Order: sequence, then C-alpha cells, then structure tokens
Amino acid sequence: MIFKTAAEMATSLANKEVSSVELTQSHLDRITAVDGDVKAFLHVDKEGALAQAAAVDANRAAGKSLSPLAGIPLALKDVLAQKGVPTTAGSKILQGWKPPYDSTVVSKLKDAGVVILGKTNMDEFAMGSSTENSGYGPTFNPWDLTRTPGGSSGGSAAAVSAFEAPLAIGSDTGGSIRQPAALTGIVGVRPTYGAVSRFGLIAYSSSLDQAGPFGRTVLDTAMLHEIIAGHDVKDATSINASVPSVVAAAKSGDVKGMKIGVIKQLQGEGYQKGVQTRFTESLDLLASLGAEIVEVDCPSFEFALAAYYLIAPSECSSNLARFDAMRYGLRTGDEGGASAEAVMAATRDAGFGREVKRRIILGTYALSSGYYDAYYGSAQKIRTLIIEDYKKAFAAADVLVSPTAPTTAYKIGEKVDDPMAMYLGDVATIPVNLAGICGMSLPAGLADEDNLPVGFQIMAPAMQDQRLYQAGAALEAALSSKWGGTLITKAPALKGGAN
Amino acid sequence: MALNYDEVIEKYNPVLGLEVHVELNTESKMFCSCSTVFGAEPNTQTCPVCLALPGALPVVNEKAIESSIKIGLALNCSIAPYSRFARKNYFYPDMPKNFQISQYDEPICFDGYVDVEIDTDEGPKQFRIEIERVHMEEDTGKSLHVGGATGRIHGADYSLLDYNRAGIPLVEIVTKIVPGTGKYAPEVAKAYVAELRDILRGLGVSDVKMEQGSLRCDANVSLMLKDATELGTRSETKNVNSLRSVERAIRGEMLRHAEILETGGKVKQETRHFQEDTGLTRSGRSKEQAEDYRYFPDPDLVPVKPEAAWIETLRAQLPERPSIRRKRLQKQWAVPDKEFAAMVNADVLDIVEATVLLGADPAKARTWWLGEVSRIANDKSVAIDELAITPAHVAELINLVASGELTDKLARQVVEGVVAGEGTPSEVVAKRGIKVVNDDGALMAAIEKVCAAQADTAEKVRGGHLPAAGALIGAVMKETAGQADAAKVRELLLKFLGQ
Repeated sequence: MIFKTAAEMATSLANKEVSSVELTQSHLDRITAVDGDVKAFLHVDKEGALAQAAAVDANRAAGKSLSPLAGIPLALKDVLAQKGVPTTAGSKILQGWKPPYDSTVVSKLKDAGVVILGKTNMDEFAMGSSTENSGYGPTFNPWDLTRTPGGSSGGSAAAVSAFEAPLAIGSDTGGSIRQPAALTGIVGVRPTYGAVSRFGLIAYSSSLDQAGPFGRTVLDTAMLHEIIAGHDVKDATSINASVPSVVAAAKSGDVKGMKIGVIKQLQGEGYQKGVQTRFTESLDLLASLGAEIVEVDCPSFEFALAAYYLIAPSECSSNLARFDAMRYGLRTGDEGGASAEAVMAATRDAGFGREVKRRIILGTYALSSGYYDAYYGSAQKIRTLIIEDYKKAFAAADVLVSPTAPTTAYKIGEKVDDPMAMYLGDVATIPVNLAGICGMSLPAGLADEDNLPVGFQIMAPAMQDQRLYQAGAALEAALSSKWGGTLITKAPALKGGAN
Repeated sequence: MALNYDEVIEKYNPVLGLEVHVELNTESKMFCSCSTVFGAEPNTQTCPVCLALPGALPVVNEKAIESSIKIGLALNCSIAPYSRFARKNYFYPDMPKNFQISQYDEPICFDGYVDVEIDTDEGPKQFRIEIERVHMEEDTGKSLHVGGATGRIHGADYSLLDYNRAGIPLVEIVTKIVPGTGKYAPEVAKAYVAELRDILRGLGVSDVKMEQGSLRCDANVSLMLKDATELGTRSETKNVNSLRSVERAIRGEMLRHAEILETGGKVKQETRHFQEDTGLTRSGRSKEQAEDYRYFPDPDLVPVKPEAAWIETLRAQLPERPSIRRKRLQKQWAVPDKEFAAMVNADVLDIVEATVLLGADPAKARTWWLGEVSRIANDKSVAIDELAITPAHVAELINLVASGELTDKLARQVVEGVVAGEGTPSEVVAKRGIKVVNDDGALMAAIEKVCAAQADTAEKVRGGHLPAAGALIGAVMKETAGQADAAKVRELLLKFLGQ
C-alpha cells in the first residue's frame, strides 16, 4: 500500500479496503525500517498520528463527509508550528520548543483529516540547499545514501521519495521545494506568493517564503495544494482570491496549443550534460504533444542570485532577532548575574549554526546605514527588473520552463565548505521567488552519467498555478508511458524495506 | 556665574522640538487581537503575535489606521495615499521581536500645524507649531528592574518583563523645529501639548492621560546666541509626565544649557530624563554616536493605501476644534478673558462643561472647580479628575446651596467629605449631620452666651459702633460649629443689641 500514490490510497480508504490507522501504521513501520539510513524525520509523532487516523476512521464509519485526503499520512517540514509537537526549524536554538498554537497550514491539514506523521529535517531556518546545515545532522538521498537530497526541505523530499510518506509539506524561499524534489525524483510545487498562509511558518525571508506541497505524482501534489491554499486573515500578505482549480488541471493535463517559453538564461553553460539532455528531451516530448516551444529572454536573471543573497539575509537578520533566550528556546550563559545582553549573545552564539550566522551578518551589513542603498536598495531594483522580465516573457508564453537545478544530487560534504558553489545551485529557482510567482519541479528522468534524477521546472504567472499542473500532468503522462511507470518506481530499494 | 532666566533670554534664543507619543484607545493591539485594557495582571494580555513566537505574523488594526488619519486631519496634515511600515531593529528584552514596527521615511501623515495661544506681556499671542509628521508604531513591553538603588537596569539584581503593553498602538507626532518663542518657550510648549491633548480627546482616539503614559512628551531643546545662524546642540528630555513638567523641563534645560555655554563648555547631544521631584534632568544614553536601527520596509505587512473618499468622510466627521470650542464656551458662559484663561490653565474646561450640562450655573460651577476643588487637588498633588468628586457631585452641591440647605462654608465641608469618598453630597450631609442652623432659639442662646462673654464688645455695638459686630458674629459661628447662616446671625445679633 505505501508504494501507491496518495490518490490511490484515498480511493482504497474511501472503499474501506484499508483503514487510516492501518495505512498510518504501515508508514510508521516504513519509517522505523528505513529512516535510520535516510534520516528524513526529526520527530515522529506516532501517537498523535495514530490518534488522528483513528478519528478519521471513526468519522468515515459514521458516514461523515470527508475531504479527499482524509486519513492520508503526511510528513511536515519542521519549519511549521504544530501545537504541542516539537518544532525546531532545524535549529538548536529552538530545541525542545513546543508551539502553543497551530500554523494555518497545520490547521487546514487537520481540518481535512490529513494525518501528520512527524516533523522533517531541514537546513537550519531553511538556509541551505542540501539539508547539511541542519542543527541535527544531514538527511540522505534515498537514491544514493552518500548524496544529499537537496534542501532546504530535504527531509520532506526524502520522506516522500523513500515511501515514508506519500505527501509532504515543504517551504520554498529560493527553491527549497523544487530543488529537493528534483534531486529526489518527485514532484514539488512552490505556489504563488500569498496563496498559502505564512502564519506559523517560521520566517526566514518573509517576502520570499512560501509553503507548498510534495507528492510522487502531479495529481497527488495538486490534491495537497488545494487543501493548504486559501486566504488567511492572520497573514497580511495572503491573497484574498479563490484558489485556482489545480486538481481539475492535474486531471486534464494537456499542452495542445500551449505556448511554452524556454528561458535563454537558464540553460547551457553551468548545467550538467545529463540534466541538459533530459531537459531537451522533455521539450521535444511537449512539442510532440502539440505545445509550441518558444525562446524567451530574461536578461535580468543574471543578477537574481546576487539580489536574493542580499534580500534574504537582510530579512533574516531581522526575523531571527527574536531568538534571544528571553521567552522560549535555548538559554545559555545565564549564570552569575549575567546581563540580558550577555545571555542573548551567548545563546545566539551557541544556538545558531555557521550558515545562519553568515547570513545574519551579511544581512546586518546590507541594511546598515550608508550601505542600505547600495545593497538592499539595489537588490530591490533588480527584483523589479526580474518582475518586468517575467511580464514580458509571459506575454509570449503561457508557461516558462527550465531545468530545476544545474546538477543532480551531489555528495554529502562536497559543497558544504564552498557556499558560493552551493548558492549557484539555486540559480534557476530563485527568480520565481523574487517575482512572487509559482513554480513546479517534476521528474524528467535520470542523468546518463550518474543515474540520478533530473528535475524539469515549469513556471506560471501569479495565481495561475493551475497552468503548472495542466502542463506538468501532460508531461508526466508522456514520460510515464515511455518509462512504463513514474520515475520514483525505478528508485533503488532501501535496506530494511522492500521496494 | 549662572545666568538667571531673564539673562538667558537676553543672550540666547531657545529652539524647541517636540515629539509626542500617544497611546491609541483601540480595543485591541496594533498587530493582534489582544486587549489593551490598562492595569491587567502582567502578561495576561498576550498571544503568539505580541510575544513574537516563531511563525507568528502581524496584521494591522484598521481602527488604528483610522485614528491616525483622524489625528493627521485634525492637525492640518496631508494624508499619504501610500505609506509603509518599517522595522526599527535593536535588541532589548522588553521588545519581543527585537525590532519595533514603526514608520520611517513613509509616515501616514505629514506637513501640518497647530496654533496655540498664550498670555504674554503684550496680551494674548498666537504661535504656530508646524508638524513634521504623524506616524504609527507599536509600544514595547515594560521592564521592572528589581534590586539596586535606582530602579534602573544598571545595578539591578534582576528584571521582570510585562508584555501586556507590547504592541499597543502608538502614534508619534513630531514637530518641525520651533524657533521664535523667546522667553515664552516653556509656555508655548506646554500650550502645544495641552492643545494636542484637547484635540486628541475631542477626537476620542486616546485616553490622553499623561500620568498613565498614554500621552508622553519628549522635549528637544537647544539654545543659540541671538546673532547666531546655526542651531545649537540639542538635548532630548524624556519622562515628562505632566503639562507642568513640560514647562519645568524646558525651562530647566534652557538654564542648564546656558550654564554649560557660559562656562565655555559644549552641550552634549544626549537623552535626558526629567526628575519630577527636583525639576531637573539627569543624563541618559548619549546620542553622539547615532544608533543604526537598520530600518527597512516590513515585508510581513502590506502598504497602507487609504482611499480618498474614506479620508474625506473622516474629515467631514472631525469634531469642533478645541480653540473654537473655547471661544464658544467663553461666550456662552460670559466669562471675562482673565478668568477664562485661568480655567484653561487649570485644565477645568471639560469638567466645568460637564457640570453645566447637568444644569449647574456656569459661574458657580467654575468657582467650585477652580477654587475649592482645585485647591484640594493641589494640596494632594493629583490631577483634578483623579479626585473622587464628579461633575454630578458639584452640580448637586450647587443645588443644595441654592436651595438654602447648605451655606457656602458648609458646602466646603461637604466637598471634603465627597473627596474623602464618603459618597454623594446628600450622603455626606446626612452622615456628617451637617445642616444650616436656622433655629432662632438655638441661635439666640449662642448670641446671648457670646455677648455675655464679650461684654465690652457687645457694649460697643450697643453704642452704635457696628464694625465691632464682626468679632461677635465670628464667635457665634464658632459656637454653632459653622452651621449657622452668617447673615441670619448678624440680623439676630443686631436686633438683640438694639440696633
């Protein structure tokens, strides 16, 4: 059962072929069997999950009307507050903190009867692209345990890829859903900025952060997308409009007559050969399905990475100021009548990891008087230029496409001491975040040179998320029929669990 | 060596700048739905948002925006069609997020003015105070430093934090520099704060209680030689908690600056704290090195874009301006300039008006509030509206005197009783057994007794020397414990002595 799609599991639940408790227990067993190697989870909430599952079963038995995903297990990125369940954002500074409230995403999942298995590993405060910056050790890629699953939502992606959960929630500030989805051979969507409430999402960079769904198929991902999206009065930046019908789009995948724009700046030099090859093949496939492929020019994308690494650190330097030992979380240096200032400094020194400190320092510098205009100010101007680039590109095409990441999964430790090399991995995903639009990564096959998954990125204008699913579902169907099943069914078996 | 005030004015021109913080009286806080009621148990009016728990987000209180616009309109400001909130970043334990949400270079209201009138040697004179900006921000929590001699953070054993105040909406009203007030600088400043307070009270947007901190004034003062063209160095005095203190603080700072300048010293640009007991200021934090607050637009909040039609609706609803109201009341009550100025000065207009509206004679209401009640308030060093006596009490008292049930003298005893919390005037009369002695028999007994005791004086009166009767009347009044009507005593006494 655990190797099925969420949509299939939902049908089995609805037909009472299996109970949610049984389904949940199977996934808990899988976690027990494989997570010692994968290390996708920071916390498994066995009792909470089984209780939720039992409640759904009872409601189903009572004949109550249930949401399509009621009773389906899910892995939750540890960046989202869940009442009474340890929530750390991958940081030592929040070790042991149990939120007294649910994030809006969690409330919506609970309301829909989705069973939350536990909290998944991540780069500390979502800063990183490999999950190696977690305060609790890295997560390993189920396709090759010597490699990273990408990041920052590496735990969530690995959990879905390793069949520990059929669905997961991640968050995407610069590619943190799409890049790990690409590296683990699954589907991940970063919805339009403001489509999913940020209330209860521990902030890294407020103007870029957005929670979103992971699944093993486009349809599964759409089903989860529809549950978590929607206006929220508790988030001032939440969009007050109806949620695009992404499930319907995923069910009617079709690219006939669709204009698909290939971004000139996001291919070629710097992209691994096998990545480029699978990308081009997918384009050909889309063309054969009736899409019109056009090339679009986005000249300002050249500066996207630089702008991102000024805006995100600037915002994080302020967002992370609240971790000061006064009200919650870690507290050190509180002996011998130390001043509040000294306790704050000692706690932040002990609690934050190197990458987080690096970005706080970078952001503090960029916002300093005398530097603000040159750094933060310039970065905002680039942001405007990128929005303009997209506007022009979307005038010529319905969706835009690129490889999700320049490379396949790299080795654990390979780039951890070279932040620039790591940052370059986000070059294709970051423009979406800067423009506040939506993007999807779905599997395009395995690179010939390393037999590792390649991601294909689709981008659509703000609040046109259904276009991602419409194009994605068409490509997925074409590729699956070519491969004789989805890519994830080709993943190597993990020790301790029969694939 | 030190110059007296007249000498300071002879040589220097003072320049003022006033920053007034107003706590709005909205029911909920600026960015969350917590209550704003004053005086609750510490930390009972808090939530994830105002405690800055991880993941919590601010949402603007629309009512606070409305109040801010009303204030701007009442101060003749332009209202910005687009303004933003910014983060002011600095670490302090009573500020949960370690940044304050404020407005920086895009305030909601700007470029206004307030006219104030003060009594000068040449008669009433009007001064225009120009308003630079009105902006919104949130209040911080409160620290209570325990142990140590001064109640300050330095030397304290530990500090307690109360976050009930954290997030209460504040409006800051900043003047442009105010030159040209000469020797009237302290009076102009006081009149400005009083006018602001009246305007705000009229708008109903704040409790404007200086002693509770819902209206706080920071006074910037500098001196420049009469022929100088450049401004002198200013000091900023905080903790000015009453109208009288505004006047005292500015006068004190002018004298202090002059003394420094006269001895060849340099005034330090610094924050100073006003000491209510001594009327002096003490040094606070030095501002020579400007702090870098790393302001940037708050990415969690959307720009404030009030619609022009809404602004016009609010403008049309503005109440009568305090200066116009004063003119109206003076005319209605037929009060001479000098007496009316005394009422304004003693801040009894509202309370007298309330008393008159309950049917009391305006002249009598004024006499009671400005005379006996003000005297008691002065003796107790409290504001007049903090006494237990209300307009209803005074109106009742005036009725009792008018109907002859009390003499003025007895009525003063009743006021004492009301202030002491013994109840309404009628209740005090009943409890204390106060009544006018009109019983001729009792009065005659007292008169006979007094005349026997002071036979020489009585003889003089009998002989036609009427002024001597005064002593005898006084003695009779004393004999009857003040409860007799003096006119009645005089009548009976003179009759008794054959006059």
